Amino acid sequence: MSGSKINWFKYASPQTFYPLAGRMQPWFAWAAAILAVVGMYVGFFVAPTDAQQGEVYRVIFLHVPAAWMSMFVFLVMAFWSAIGLGFGTRLSFQMAQALAPTGALFCFIALWTGSLWGKPTWGTYWVWDARLTSQLLLMFLYLAYLALANAIEDKSRGDRACAIFALVGAVNVPVIYFSVQWWSTLHQGASISMTKAPTMAATMLMGMLLMAFAAWFYTIAVALARVRLIMLERESGSAWAVQQLARGASA
Amino acid sequence: MKPRHKRFVLIGVGLALVAGASGLVLSAFRQNLVFFYTPTQVAANEAPADQTFRIGGLVEPGSIARASDGLSVRFVVTDTAKNIPVVYKGALPDLFKEGKGAVVQGKLGTDGVFVAASVLAKHDENYMPPEAKHAVDEAHKAAKTVKQ
Repeated sequence: MSGSKINWFKYASPQTFYPLAGRMQPWFAWAAAILAVVGMYVGFFVAPTDAQQGEVYRVIFLHVPAAWMSMFVFLVMAFWSAIGLGFGTRLSFQMAQALAPTGALFCFIALWTGSLWGKPTWGTYWVWDARLTSQLLLMFLYLAYLALANAIEDKSRGDRACAIFALVGAVNVPVIYFSVQWWSTLHQGASISMTKAPTMAATMLMGMLLMAFAAWFYTIAVALARVRLIMLERESGSAWAVQQLARGASA
Repeated sequence: MKPRHKRFVLIGVGLALVAGASGLVLSAFRQNLVFFYTPTQVAANEAPADQTFRIGGLVEPGSIARASDGLSVRFVVTDTAKNIPVVYKGALPDLFKEGKGAVVQGKLGTDGVFVAASVLAKHDENYMPPEAKHAVDEAHKAAKTVKQ
């Protein structure tokens, strides 16, 4: 490798990544908190009432960021899983596993707020249309992933099993995203997409994007905190982890 | 090829196979995954006539007629090409309005009237304040008068 290249593998080692993650984590946590407060304020006080749905549409400020995050986190888990399988880096598997509970949480929030939104607008809490059913499948995929991660005693085998599961399960994500285009569903189409202008008022959109960024930073902060714990647990025999634990105990 | 490259190729091939297989399954399911049929499909006898199914479309403007008991309602679901008359007895969702989307579930009678057991409102993905909505409606009206 030539000298000018950054050695990315340096940060793939738990020993160097552990303190780095610890330093980054509070920044992401604060950014998430500030964005969430501003986003909530814009969503509940600045954004106008919707002409069609009245005030109930404000569920969108929780529902859409949570739904986006639940899909995106699974893709990121699949990405780390592929990296882990390809390079054999333990930290990649640990990143994927650190993300899973947060993805499951957002998936649950999306289903829950969606159900509460559906009753006053559609007239039902739940229908078995393609969008809702594929999102429910994502919830089960998260739960199955978490169960699998905790079921296998041999960690290196468990890591690989989880990684393959995440890669296969990721196929569901584009199905969720395009379900409203491929099939006739009760769920409406996307308001925000790559190909056309957003079909919502500017302040509504701003509130939603602020909340989406808050969800991103929250996810990063929580995943970093969780991956540090996983690292300590897995590497508890190694010198650096013993040192960290001793420092933590004396502090 | 290094073993690392080999592993990435294997992952890639594996993913492509899974994606291909699920693509085939989904395209096979395509017909069965429809949540509702359009009035045109019903008119073409594509809907299961002897079973419960759903029809989705717009509530024809001016078609809602409420019975004197205050619960029964008749309206027409249209996709602008074909119309299906619907009868329903029960509470309607707040967003159920003339000219808006609705999904009705029930059975098609022999007289061609759809007897609905439940009515759901389908709203679109547009979100805007009432003033903007008013402006859009006015613009539509103006455009129509120009055309005539």
